[in-house]
Amino acid sequence: MDASLLIIQTLNGVQLGLLLFLVASGLTLVFGILDFVNLAHAALYMVGAFICASLTYALGNFVLAVLLALPLTAVVGLVVERTVARPLYSRGHLDQVLATFGLILVFETLAHMIWGPAGMSVPLPDSLNGQTTLPGGIQIPTFRLVIIGAGLAAAGGLFWLVNYTRLGMLIRAGASNRTMVSALGINIQLLFSLVFALGAALAGLAGMLIAPITEASIGMGHSIIITAFVVIIVGGIGSMKGAFVAAILIGLIDTLGRSFIDDLFKLVMSSEAAENAAPAISAMLIYIIMAAVLAFRPQGLFPPKVR
Amino acid sequence: MKYLAQAAVAATLAGSMGLQPALADTAKIGFVTTLTTPAAVIGNDMKNAAELAREHLGGKAGDTDLEIIFADDGFAPETGKQATDKLVKQDDVDFVTGFIWSHVLLASRKSALDGGKFLISANAGPSQMAGKLCDENYFSTSWQNDQTPMAMGEVLNQQGVKSLYIMAPNYAAGKDMVEGVERTYKGEIKGKDLTKWGADAQLDFSAELAKAEASGAEGIFVFYPGGAGAAFAKQYDQAGLADKLPLYSVFTVDALSLPKLQDAGLGAIMGSRTTQQWDPTLDNAANKKFVDDFKAKYGTYPSFYAAQSYDAIMLIASAIEAAGGNMDDTDALRAGLKAADFDSVRGDFKFGNNNMPIQDFYLREVVADDDGKWTTKVVSTVFEDHQDSYAAECKLN
Repeated sequence: MDASLLIIQTLNGVQLGLLLFLVASGLTLVFGILDFVNLAHAALYMVGAFICASLTYALGNFVLAVLLALPLTAVVGLVVERTVARPLYSRGHLDQVLATFGLILVFETLAHMIWGPAGMSVPLPDSLNGQTTLPGGIQIPTFRLVIIGAGLAAAGGLFWLVNYTRLGMLIRAGASNRTMVSALGINIQLLFSLVFALGAALAGLAGMLIAPITEASIGMGHSIIITAFVVIIVGGIGSMKGAFVAAILIGLIDTLGRSFIDDLFKLVMSSEAAENAAPAISAMLIYIIMAAVLAFRPQGLFPPKVR
Repeated sequence: MKYLAQAAVAATLAGSMGLQPALADTAKIGFVTTLTTPAAVIGNDMKNAAELAREHLGGKAGDTDLEIIFADDGFAPETGKQATDKLVKQDDVDFVTGFIWSHVLLASRKSALDGGKFLISANAGPSQMAGKLCDENYFSTSWQNDQTPMAMGEVLNQQGVKSLYIMAPNYAAGKDMVEGVERTYKGEIKGKDLTKWGADAQLDFSAELAKAEASGAEGIFVFYPGGAGAAFAKQYDQAGLADKLPLYSVFTVDALSLPKLQDAGLGAIMGSRTTQQWDPTLDNAANKKFVDDFKAKYGTYPSFYAAQSYDAIMLIASAIEAAGGNMDDTDALRAGLKAADFDSVRGDFKFGNNNMPIQDFYLREVVADDDGKWTTKVVSTVFEDHQDSYAAECKLN
């Protein structure tokens, strides 16, 4: 277990964590402020990836495609908010889960009809496709660094938006006491629409960033949405800071678990037993963390102050 | 004129009533594959091939009409079992075939066999069903999972690759593949990763690839079927491993992933090596007809999944014909299947005692065809008439 491998795996973990943050931040915004459970967040992640893939082929430029796909995904989010989410705000969580789960099926069937079952790979420009040598001779795929950069930029932008703008002030106020905000004459419907669209764009961005690594495919959101829920539960539902810390934590634990757990197990058991146990345990690791957090701190690591 | 027309209609009606046999027998074939989730790309290819086979047969085996009922396994054992149950109990099919995934086949096995149906795998080849769980009514038009990686292990020995890193998904076939390559490969295994699989499979291999590179192995052996193969190849390329860690794969670089890799401009995959019992360039009449017509109809090269599905329908048709179309004569149908008396696209093969094919395995290389499309061609024959390692555990003879 040498130092350079540890550094690479840490970077990989941070990269995964930032992707998780992009998905989880939208989820926690919508859940925390609108009190709306949005499983269809996974579908928006997929829609973002597919739109970006199509635009990449149409325009021949991945970066341009991302810049165009972001507002388009936000518009899809707006339409979902208007047509499906809004009538459900006053209903219970179970109704919302059922409706948004149905929405996933609708989106996936639509994607199947539009883009086919095969999925689309997204070609990267040469400048992003190679490797970058970091100080100390560590080589890492350039695009992984791009994801880290984009994730940090999005996190910074969100932090600024929530803490230093009027819109952010309203978002925080809405999260604390929705009735009071609307009593003060704020157009809460517009605020909700904006938050929903912002969440959609963030999920879409995550999808666009992962597509060149894997591909845009139907059902790509399933695994990440589950992990994103783990993140917001660990972080504290509704808390942006919690989502960030928990996402990085989960990303690191998952990646480092996959990397080193078999070596650790080999210290205490036969190498064959370690090889069999390691994949199972590393797949469970984040859920074990979640269970521990729920047992000892059910409100999450950073619960929002007033609910 | 009016009378003439009426007379003609009457004559036609009388003719068709009098001449046709009571009712033409229909043989029903249930085809279980993945038609949803990203793995639907495989199921789609298999469905296309099965339909092409039916078309080539003119919809008939002898005088018996062929009906194929497709069912979705949703990439999950429990859904696959339900689909099989429905085919067996509700549709009352005569044959159940298809099956991409070993864990789905293992889960569905009892439903088909206990229902008295013939079960013919067109892809999955779990070790259990070649050995202890073999059955007189279970056949395969593919291989036992271990065989293809065993051929790859032999290739690695021949090419003098001294150490190896192994990656595969963590499910029944993934474990068989790893066992297969370990059985024949004589060099040192530097490390091994089994990654999460299923509808929410792990597709980001950053941690595993970093480990593989750090292990200092001379080559990497992988098994990533379907969409995961393209995802793996892309990340392998993005990590710049093509020069440091040559890729040896089974069921990963195929007619489904190559067009995507070409779209993404991944030149690194060119020349990479893979083993298989079939290739689009195999020189026999049945294969040429299959590949040409498949390309003409669907616009892509058929994958090995397609080739095996085509063979499965052809095998079933040959058995029905051998039994004279009598769908109640199970013994004659079984004997017909066992004879494997049809023109397989892989060339001649025969069934072993466990009803698994005894066949040749080839080394293939990724090349561009005359139109510039990426495909594979045969480099050499690795095994001739190779039988799987579990045949001895099977009590059939």
